[in-house]
Order: sequence, then C-alpha cells, then structure tokens
Amino acid sequence: MMAKPGQQEEIHDNQQSLWLQNIYAIHLKEKRKHSRLVLLVQCMLLFLFFAVWELAGRLRWIDVLLFSYPTKIFAYLGDQLFTSELWKHIGVTVGETAVGFLMGTLTGTLLAVLIWWLPFLSKVLDPFMVVFNSMPKVALGPIFIVMFGGGFTAIVATTLSITVIVTTLVVYNSFSEVDPNYVKVIRTFGGNKAQIFRSVILPASFPAIVSTLKVNVGMAWVGVIVGEFLVAKSGLGYLIMYGFQVFNFTLVLSSLFIIAIVATAMYQMVVFIEKKLLLNR
Amino acid sequence: MIPAVDLQEIAHVYVTDRGASLAVEGIQLQVHPGEFISLVGPSGCGKTTILSMIAGLLKPAKGTVKVHGQTVKGPSPEVGYMLQQDYLFPWLTIMNNAWIGLELTGRLHAESRKFARDLLEEMGLGDSGSLYPHQLSGGMRQRAALVRTLAPDPSLLLLDEPFSALDYQTKLQLEDLIVKTLKDRHKTAVLVTHDLSEAIAMSDRVVLLDRNPGRIHQVFEVPDRIRAAQPFFAREEAGFNELFRKIWKEMEIIGGKE
Repeated sequence: MMAKPGQQEEIHDNQQSLWLQNIYAIHLKEKRKHSRLVLLVQCMLLFLFFAVWELAGRLRWIDVLLFSYPTKIFAYLGDQLFTSELWKHIGVTVGETAVGFLMGTLTGTLLAVLIWWLPFLSKVLDPFMVVFNSMPKVALGPIFIVMFGGGFTAIVATTLSITVIVTTLVVYNSFSEVDPNYVKVIRTFGGNKAQIFRSVILPASFPAIVSTLKVNVGMAWVGVIVGEFLVAKSGLGYLIMYGFQVFNFTLVLSSLFIIAIVATAMYQMVVFIEKKLLLNR
Repeated sequence: MIPAVDLQEIAHVYVTDRGASLAVEGIQLQVHPGEFISLVGPSGCGKTTILSMIAGLLKPAKGTVKVHGQTVKGPSPEVGYMLQQDYLFPWLTIMNNAWIGLELTGRLHAESRKFARDLLEEMGLGDSGSLYPHQLSGGMRQRAALVRTLAPDPSLLLLDEPFSALDYQTKLQLEDLIVKTLKDRHKTAVLVTHDLSEAIAMSDRVVLLDRNPGRIHQVFEVPDRIRAAQPFFAREEAGFNELFRKIWKEMEIIGGKE
C-alpha cells in the first residue's frame, strides 16, 4: 500500500531526526571515552610516581632520611590521623588561611573601590602600590612578629601583606576596563556615581573579582605557611619546621601531603562558588 | 511655539595635553516638537558632540542648550539617548534591561513596569523578557535598547548612529520601526548618521555639518512626499535621488577643502 504524501514526509522527518540523534550519541560516547582516557593516564602517572619513590627508598637509591618513602608517610599519617594533635594543627592552619583569604580579598576589593571612587587618590597612591607590590612582602614577617607577637595576628598580617595589594591592582584594573559606553547608558538616564558603580562597574567586574579569589587561595597558603615558619607554635607550617629541626622528614613530607590535599579542597570550593555566582554569564 | 531643542550659538572646545581645539562653533539650530532631524557630515564634524550637549553629558564652552525652553544642566528623563550599539547589560534579563532607566530615575512602579512590558510586546519582544541579551540577535537587541530608551517616556530622542552595527536588512526594518514608533507618539528626534540615504528617508530636515571646526553648512528640507512615506519606500519616491545628489555634492565640496 502506498503511503500518503504527508505520511511520507513524516517518515522522512523521523529518519532524519534519528540520524541526527545517532550522530549526537556517537559524539557523546567519543567525548566520554576521551575524558576516561585522560583520567586513566592521570591515575597511572600518580601511581607511577609513588611506585618509583617507594622503590627508590626501599632499594636505598635515595637517602631515606631526607626523602622518606610513601608507605612510611602513609603509615605515619595513619597513626597520626586518630590523634587530636594533628587535627589541631590542621585546624589552626585552615583557620588562618580562611581568615587571611577572606580578609585579603575583602580589603583588597574595598581599597579598589576607594581608589576608583577618588581618581586623585589613585594617582597619588600609584607609585607606592607599585613599590609595595614589587617588594617581597614576606620580608615584612619579622616586623609583624614584633608588632603583633608570635601568633594568629602576625600570621594573618603576613597573609594580608601578600594578598591585599595584588587584589587591589587586579580589581581596580577590571573596574577601569569596563566599557565606557555602559557607563554612558547609566549617565544618559541621569545616574550618579553610586548608581554607576552599583549598576555597571561592580557587576561587570564580578568575574574578575571571583577570579582573584582563586589566585588568593594560593597566596593565602603561602602567607600562612611562611608566617608559621617564622613564629608559630602550632599549624602545618610549624610541623614542617619542627620536622626539619629534628630531622624527621617523614613528618615534613606528611605535612606537605596534607597541605596539598586541604589546599586543593579549598581551591575546588572556590571554583564551585565561582560556578554558582557566575551562572547566566 | 517653544522649540523642543534650541541651540543658541553653541561652541565646544576639546582640551588635551597638546592644546585646546574647537570641536564645534556657532551652532544655531531649532528643532520643533514632533520633528525628526538628521545631522550628517564628515567624521570629525562634531555630530556626536552636539548630541552629547543636548543630552546634558557635555557642557558647551559657549552658548546655551535648551530643551523645551529649559536650559540643560545635566541628563534628564525627558531626553532619551540611543547608542551605536545596544549596550544591554549582559547580566540582566531583557526585561530588567528595559526597566533600568525607570529604576535609575526612581520611577519603577506597577504602571511604568507595565508600560515597558507593553513596549516590548509592541517591538515583537513579548516572549523575550526573561531571556538574556546574548540569546538575542543583533536586531532584537537593538529593539530592546529602543524599549529601554523609551521606557521612561522621554519626549526627545537622541539617536547616535543606532543602526551602524546592524546588517542591511535589519537596519531597514529598524528604520521603519523607529520612525513609526516616534511618529505615533509624537516624539522629537535628532539622528546622527553617516548614511545619507538613511538621513533623507527618515527625517523631516537634514542638517549638513562642516568640519574643523564643526559648523552648520546647510540645512535641507525633505519634500513632503518623502516624509510621509515609510523610510523603506521613501527611497523610491520621486525627488529622493535629486535630494541625495544635491547633499552629496555639498559633502564633496566640504571634503574637498582639506
């Protein structure tokens, strides 16, 4: 029996959509395969690294006193993981990093707002900021110890000295790079400076601010660990320093291992927040 | 009758580190309520400068600018300004973009919201209110920008080459839409454009500016038949080509002065 012309068209459409769906399915499959392969190679590399390290340690190719080896580190971590001692150190460092990170980003952004608001101030402060930014800020550490004593405040101050100015420069830069035509839109409606800031400058710079969050996570860790090297009586930086002094490099490497894990977790958290905040962009 | 726009002996000076130079000088121009005029001329003749002074974004160095008899001291909701591109805020929906002028002037209430929503509907964007600008085509975006400009219900519209970033077909459609919308609402408009045929097709008068410094060279009246026709068909009206050639010849004289 012959199909009616309308039916024939329908059949044709169906075939076409099936064909397209098929191509799409193949594309998805290829993509999944590819990302699985990447993950596999990554895992293998990691495993290889630990395996070679372990072997080198056990066969005494490297000095075990200096480099330790993975099973020794994991065994040590396994022991320590159930003591409140280690958790106290982790807690102290994470607390300092979080405070330093948040305060650094906030202060830096507020400073950027201030110099955007007062162009005169921005011109006046410019050379000072450049000098301060090019200076190795950790060199200020000893001064902070004298000022605030060896503890939480001095460590957070070290972190702030590293994060604030970079944040200010990056955020201010993104403020001044906002297309002036967007500002013109607001001005044609008679918008004042506060309205220009709120409706254009801030939302347009939001991605830049969020990306300084990512940079600042890393910066805050540098500040905190260096600060702990200098002054602390607790924290992961202190553990590294202590391990170094008693020549316990298993302790040093274990602490580094924990730092790597916690810092990555913190970074991923910021990436997650970024995704949430920048939805619809 | 009080002119919608009254420019009295306007001069504007641009100051840079290398010196001060006259941008425009001796501009004397009246625009009647409901009239549509175009400013054309070579680049550097100060078209956009004049527009910015009417909008209150720039202060004239000499002379006064009056809108509806009031001396302009700054931007006012009576005057709407449309830029070369839509410049819709990418982080706001089309509806919120359309409301921004109302929000900034503190007049966002149920009635004005509805007014803007109806405008969107009228411009064929009724379904696009909840979309974001990047989801729209260039022509739709410029229509949304028109709604944003019209939402505070200004009586005077300043159009700064609003079609220059659009493809030819979209441009012609938008010309028709803008002329119709403005005529229906008895709005006054000043259009700055590079496109001479667009100027003739859309306006009642074409003002040709000279450059260095910007001065009014000559004002051309557009014949009634061309005025009455929609911009798209105005181009086919008798007399269109004659006027085009006449203004073109004058433009060449100005250009030849260099």
